[in-house]
Amino acid sequence: MTTTAQAFNTRKEQQEPRCSSPDVSEQSYLVQVVNRDSWFTARSDKSLLVGMELDASQTIAVGCRGGGCGMCKIRVLAGKYDSKRMSRAHISEQEQAEDYVLACRIYPRSDLVIESDHFTVKPEL
Amino acid sequence: MKKGVMRPGHIQLRVLDMEEALAHYRDLIGLIEMDRDDQGRVYLKGWTEVDKFSVVLREADEPGMDFVGFKVLNNQVLEQLQGELVEFGCQVENIPAGELNGCGRRVRFDSPTGHMFELYADKEQTGKWGISSTNPDAFPMDLKGMKATRFDHCLLYGGDLDGTLKLFQQVLGFDLAEQVMDENGTRVAQFLTISTKAHDIAFIKHPEDSKFHHASFYLETWEDVLRAADLISITDTSLDIGPTRHGLTHGKTIYFFDPSGNRSEVFCGGDYHYPDHEPVTWTTDQLGKAIFYHDRKLNERFLTALT
Ligand code: FES
Ligand SMILES: [Fe+2]
Repeated sequence: MTTTAQAFNTRKEQQEPRCSSPDVSEQSYLVQVVNRDSWFTARSDKSLLVGMELDASQTIAVGCRGGGCGMCKIRVLAGKYDSKRMSRAHISEQEQAEDYVLACRIYPRSDLVIESDHFTVKPEL
Repeated sequence: MKKGVMRPGHIQLRVLDMEEALAHYRDLIGLIEMDRDDQGRVYLKGWTEVDKFSVVLREADEPGMDFVGFKVLNNQVLEQLQGELVEFGCQVENIPAGELNGCGRRVRFDSPTGHMFELYADKEQTGKWGISSTNPDAFPMDLKGMKATRFDHCLLYGGDLDGTLKLFQQVLGFDLAEQVMDENGTRVAQFLTISTKAHDIAFIKHPEDSKFHHASFYLETWEDVLRAADLISITDTSLDIGPTRHGLTHGKTIYFFDPSGNRSEVFCGGDYHYPDHEPVTWTTDQLGKAIFYHDRKLNERFLTALT
């Protein structure tokens, strides 16, 4: 018996990813998660994090989904995106310039290559 | 021992986008918009609250909590406690009357867990919203969303729980109503009350100071909590967990996030506390049940998604 999760994994290993779906008006883009050796498809009308959840992927940690907690911090290595305001506590100006983002605040505008798991709790000494 | 502190009176929260925040706090949770000021802050309250406001939203680059304010009985108490806060070693600052519209002089102070608190004696009283104080009807007709009745409490995360407990017990007169103890006898969670509620404020131990976990709003019934869950789905609001029950305080609850990632709670029910009651104790080996009584396990997000 295959679980739903296994079925999804099989699909992802065997099927060639499609970059757009014909039956919806918004764009779908392919997102490669290099550190997890995995990928998902994300819609242009949802944040990257919610798009990942809708595709039943678990490649980025999910927290508040609102740009506040930092749990979904990733680095975009290639591709285009639009972004909404993100907490400065988690993304400094310097980091923003280096394409560190909160996945729940960016909207894909092309296929993306990303690296997830950049969140750390900062103990104040 | 009671020192003249009455209740949590206001909380100021930072949000990334004011209009999105108002869709959450006003239209979804159902708080009443009461005022705005020249700094762009928006003042809200639950409809049963007699004072003018209890929630202040401020647009900023970094979501989280600016401060929680407690109302005290009168100005004599305010003077007295100001002195005791200085003596305790807090950094104490005077905020002049009117800095928040309709609020009197505030005494602001820091705490060992890094959070900022305030005391004040005076705030304009506009009465319960939408009903008279003479022959009052059960509720006003035109409430929105979850129809939250009041700002109830908040939960904060930080390091030095013992220090903040000492401040709240010795200087402010709070009681320890509930606690979580680990196997070494270290307190890792403390629920403090200044009333008969199971908590007016709570703290959980965390390596990073001055973090905000949630602000909580009171609903009347479990049915209302289930309806809140429906509204969270209808509006596609970011859900944390619930509807469920807490072991700690036994409140029935649902957690969700505002559009800037600050966690909100609406809840009903829960235990009561009198000053002669021993604290209720949960142990960390039962932490799952203590936090989420039905699931009996913690989700990672409850401990790490903070602002
Ligand atoms: S999930 Fe909290 S910042 Fe993205
Ligand atoms: Fe709570």
